[in-house]
Amino acid sequence: MKRILVSIKRVVDYNVRVRVKPDGSGVITDGVKMSINPFDEIALEEALRIKEKGLAEEVVVATIGPADCQQQLRTALAMGADRALHVLTDAAIEPPVAAKLLRKLVDKEQPILAILGKQAIDDDCSQTGQMLAALWGRPQATFASKVEINGDKASVTREVDAGLETLEVDLPAVITTDLRLNEPRYVKLPDIMKAKKKPLETLEAASLGVPLQSALQLLKFEAPAARSRGVMVKDAQELVDALKKKGLL
Amino acid sequence: MSKILIVAEHDGAKLNPATAKCVSCAKAIADAEIVVAVFAADGAAVAAQAAAVSGVTRVLQVDHPANAHALAATLAPQVAQLAPGYSHVFGPSTTFGKDLMPRVAALLDTPQLSDVMAAESATRFRRPMYAGNAIVTVEVAAGTQLVATVRTASFEAAPAAAAAAPIEAVAVTAELPTHTRFVSVSGARSDRPDLQTAARVVSGGRALGSADNFKILYDLADTLGAAVGASRAAVDAGYAPNDLQVGQTGKIIAPELYLAFGISGAIQHLTGIKDARTIVAVNKDSEAPIFEIADIGLVGDLFQIVPEIARLVSSGK
Ligand SMILES: Cc1cc2nc3c(=O)[nH]c(=O)nc-3n(C[C@H](O)[C@H](O)[C@H](O)COP(=O)(O)OP(=O)(O)OC[C@H]3O[C@@H](n4cnc5c(N)ncnc54)[C@H](O)[C@@H]3O)c2cc1C
Ligand SMILES: Nc1ncnc2c1ncn2[C@@H]1O[C@H](COP(=O)(O)O)[C@@H](O)[C@H]1O
Repeated sequence: MKRILVSIKRVVDYNVRVRVKPDGSGVITDGVKMSINPFDEIALEEALRIKEKGLAEEVVVATIGPADCQQQLRTALAMGADRALHVLTDAAIEPPVAAKLLRKLVDKEQPILAILGKQAIDDDCSQTGQMLAALWGRPQATFASKVEINGDKASVTREVDAGLETLEVDLPAVITTDLRLNEPRYVKLPDIMKAKKKPLETLEAASLGVPLQSALQLLKFEAPAARSRGVMVKDAQELVDALKKKGLL
Repeated sequence: MSKILIVAEHDGAKLNPATAKCVSCAKAIADAEIVVAVFAADGAAVAAQAAAVSGVTRVLQVDHPANAHALAATLAPQVAQLAPGYSHVFGPSTTFGKDLMPRVAALLDTPQLSDVMAAESATRFRRPMYAGNAIVTVEVAAGTQLVATVRTASFEAAPAAAAAAPIEAVAVTAELPTHTRFVSVSGARSDRPDLQTAARVVSGGRALGSADNFKILYDLADTLGAAVGASRAAVDAGYAPNDLQVGQTGKIIAPELYLAFGISGAIQHLTGIKDARTIVAVNKDSEAPIFEIADIGLVGDLFQIVPEIARLVSSGK
């Protein structure tokens, strides 16, 4: 079966102004809205569109994290994924570990494509997709803004510093999504009801044979140095004068 | 003692200034031996430029026809081939480094730190998380090989050296995959200063309303000798090309002067300009969040103000 594996991470919603805890041990997440990482919503949307074009038969979503992540898996099922896999763990999971766990899911599901977000907006690492591709020994096309499947190949346009780069990759391959790849669909109420009946399989992370401890110790979280409000000027002339005074013109 | 391998970024002819910024980050680690690796089809010119960066002790020139284009899948096994014996492997936090370095880290089975802003020691680093809303100090166990990308906006480029470092040719022994092929790259190559290194940046948002209207910003940029940037909203709407996007998912920049016209100041945009020396904001909404961080703010219509600034500057008033 031609299958696409999409990974989704539960993260603090992108509209939340994240604040550091006063004791520096992390950021405040109590009572904060959580959502699917925006790049992962785009990954899922792309997988669904590929399936809707008849180029894949099944879309499987996977997440790694605590029990609460089921909410985001249900949302993904409501968006249109066929099945969900929940790798259950309360441990803080860093990209190398996430990639190794996803590698196990790739073994289990044998997808033609694994689509991930280009970065999780909590850790901002931008590592997992590339690491998965390395562990799998398959191509990677990161920061994708356009994907075309042609038989056993894909042509992917990537957003790079120089502009837009196009790669051709053999399938199976890993793709990571950039924001302009697509605009994810909205979930409709009847779909939420239907999603409750879709299969959701839970796997204990510890049972997958991947060591979960992280190699990095996060010693201290701090708020960034604040920029303070400056002066207001009333017209272009005053603006130019102010810049001259600062030696900038 | 630390031994640091830096993967050079280049376009086949010129060393990208991001590489000399990685050297600055490496120099912050006491007693580091700094080696730069140049992967190219013919890397002689780039290797010579890398050898002339102060702090570099040796350059490895790895020539191979497969290196004509920087493909992560092709380069990663070659970096992994060189990596044994090095305590750290650094690359820039550009799309080149972000694509390549995690693939290297996975091949080496090492952790990676993305976007290093400061190296406090060989094992302690600072990096941003949550779109720059938190700065985290991270400790790596001593003796662990570490891969990192260096946040270029946080470091000055290392200056030119008094004497050039030796260059050594290295043959590729790693097996290179053929499953990934370069097809094309389309970039709006321009004569304007590069957004990532420019001292001045003129940037526009959704308010510009069209690609045509964006021209007034190009005119002002030309008057100021500035690069042009854009918000994501402006890029999404097609007013500006994607390589001009500034912010969390675009370019992180640190110019002397950043002029934002018709940009509201969403957190994802501000992440990209936090290190700018002076931020100027022009917006018709006095409540726009960008004014909370602007050094100089002006409430008004950009379509009137932009040409006026250009006129005042070019007439020397
Ligand atoms: C995961 C994620 C990542 C993102 N990454 C980025 C990123 O990297 N970079 C980025 O920029 N955004 C990013 N965004 C989008 C960001 O949240 C904002 O939507 C975007 O920055 C808004 O762009 P804007 O300020 O141009 O538009 P708007 O927010 O619409 O603001 C337009 C402004 O123009 C002003 N205006 C209108 N007419 C005039 C006039 N005639 N004269 C003067 N002022 C006028 C208005 O008052 C308003 O303040 C990201 C979003 C997400 C979810
Ligand atoms: N715990 C996780 N569960 C599911 N997917 C993940 C997880 N961590 C990372 N990913 C995927 O990897 C992408 C990049 O994450 P990162 O490397 O952390 O920036 C995300 O957009 C997700 O698609």
